[in-house]
Amino acid sequence: MLETLADDVKRSLRSWTDSLAGRERAVALRTLERPANEFGVDRFGFDADYLLAAAAPLIWLYKNYFRVETHGIEKVPEGRVLLVSNHGGQIPIDGAMVGVAMLLEANPPRAVRSMTEKWAATLPFISTIFARSGQIVGTPENCRRLLDEDEAVLVFPEGVRGISKLWPQRYQLQDFGLGFMRLALETNAPIVPVAVIGAEEQAPAVLNLKPLGKLIGFPALPLTLTPLPLPTKYRIYFGDALHFTGPADDEDVELDKKVRVVKSAIQALLQQGLEERKNVFW
Amino acid sequence: MSPEKHKDRPVVLVTGISGNLGRTLTKLLHRSERIVGIDRRPFIGAPKDVEVFQIDLRKKKAEDVFRRFSVKAVIHMGIMHDPRMSQEEHHAFNVVGTTRILDACARQGVKKVVVLSSANVYGPSPDNSNFLTEDAPLMAASRFSEVRDLIEVDMLAHGFFWRHPELETVILRPVHILGPTIKNAPSNYLRLRHPWMLAGFDPMVQLIHQEDAARAMVEALTPGLRGVYNVVGPGEVPLSSVFRELGRTPIPVPHVIARPLLSVLFRYRLAEFPPPELDHIQFLCNVDGSAWVRDVHWEPRFSMRETIHSVDPEAPLVRLPAAPA
Repeated sequence: MLETLADDVKRSLRSWTDSLAGRERAVALRTLERPANEFGVDRFGFDADYLLAAAAPLIWLYKNYFRVETHGIEKVPEGRVLLVSNHGGQIPIDGAMVGVAMLLEANPPRAVRSMTEKWAATLPFISTIFARSGQIVGTPENCRRLLDEDEAVLVFPEGVRGISKLWPQRYQLQDFGLGFMRLALETNAPIVPVAVIGAEEQAPAVLNLKPLGKLIGFPALPLTLTPLPLPTKYRIYFGDALHFTGPADDEDVELDKKVRVVKSAIQALLQQGLEERKNVFW
Repeated sequence: MSPEKHKDRPVVLVTGISGNLGRTLTKLLHRSERIVGIDRRPFIGAPKDVEVFQIDLRKKKAEDVFRRFSVKAVIHMGIMHDPRMSQEEHHAFNVVGTTRILDACARQGVKKVVVLSSANVYGPSPDNSNFLTEDAPLMAASRFSEVRDLIEVDMLAHGFFWRHPELETVILRPVHILGPTIKNAPSNYLRLRHPWMLAGFDPMVQLIHQEDAARAMVEALTPGLRGVYNVVGPGEVPLSSVFRELGRTPIPVPHVIARPLLSVLFRYRLAEFPPPELDHIQFLCNVDGSAWVRDVHWEPRFSMRETIHSVDPEAPLVRLPAAPA
């Protein structure tokens, strides 16, 4: 009974997606269907049909709540690519909005595979929704496998440091890990810098009760001033693809130089976006 | 063939032969190889051409079997998994038994040693990559200390592999073995009338049919083959789909209460699963079997649906709803 209920919900969400996307895009989205086993999932547990159903409320938010404006999405090359973005806003709506942009605006549409926090795998429902919609625990092996399969992989090198930023640190990029650069070199994947504007103001936080968070198993516990994310206007900027060459097992100093190139590209896009906008909300 | 000649014919020695997997292996192998078995348990209905010695692996007498025959290969699957057995007994049997068998192989110059370990040695965890390769650390005991003897067995075999490059040691780590006669935790779990699932968790699981697992051990005898291999069956499937396939409706239990509840049920013998087993239905413990596929051109004979149904041939074959166009 529960199963049929779930199937009904899925079906109606899926048709909501189609109607939000418009007829032409709905047809294009069907190209995302990929070889799955007899149980409808690929070996990672990803189900494109599930993704398109689960995306419906996010598409609604994309169009009506955050009114996302996307710039330069045509710069995302075909085949394997690492999308590297800033991160903020306490809940990872920025990741979802980049994902929706790639579904709605990219030609052809692509299913973005985000590298998620390990913590997500310990959460009921979230862990399952993530897995079925193609979001995968961010281990280097997982990332390497996806790039080898020519997927578009989204990473937030700021990680938890980024998403739990406090109000005064908005749009200041936190420390980047080096792992994504190693993987890009190893798999010969281009890097597209992405700047998301709006997310870092959606849920202003003034205090991070990290020790208390630790107690209840949360990686961070920022106290936000608003219970729900504010309807800030999102602007997503995709930069020119960057190609790096060199040994993947290079010293950290060398990798760090390359990482700084990516970081400053994102910072420049952020700067551009912040200057171009007149207001946080429209 | 004269009886004298038959006596000299090299044998494949199988430990733990009387178990259900051992019997499956015997059935596959006894027509092409001469098999000698060692087990504490009797092998009732053993094929006539198979000699079984009812001895404890830890006893001196076990090595006498090596002396009596010309042993060309050993398949060591005499490894016990019984959550009800005392820790001490478990540990002594598995670790001491394996040590004795490996020592005997080295002393008697057995060319090929196949050890049946399991993909469970990696241990399910939220930190796991979706597909663990053979070099991933064996973490199972960090959350489930009762299985540390199984890890020790794997490591003993691993050490043996490095110490004896002149011998061909193959360590197999198959995924969850299912089958009509198999009584391990995953098969028993799938046979439950009212199985639990952890609410909101639906991990991908990997399953292999008992005959495919036995075939893998036969493949491991291939001359020249040595190494550690994950052995994957027909692939990965969401746990919920397994139950759907079997026509069962699992009970969703919130994970925060499942552990304490199961530990009470286990203590009073109302459940046969120790609480840490819940990790297997909450987190991933899937492996990458590509090395095995590459080196022996591995192809499982049983499809995923056949493998699932093998635990309960009585379960009505439920038609899967057709994928939406």
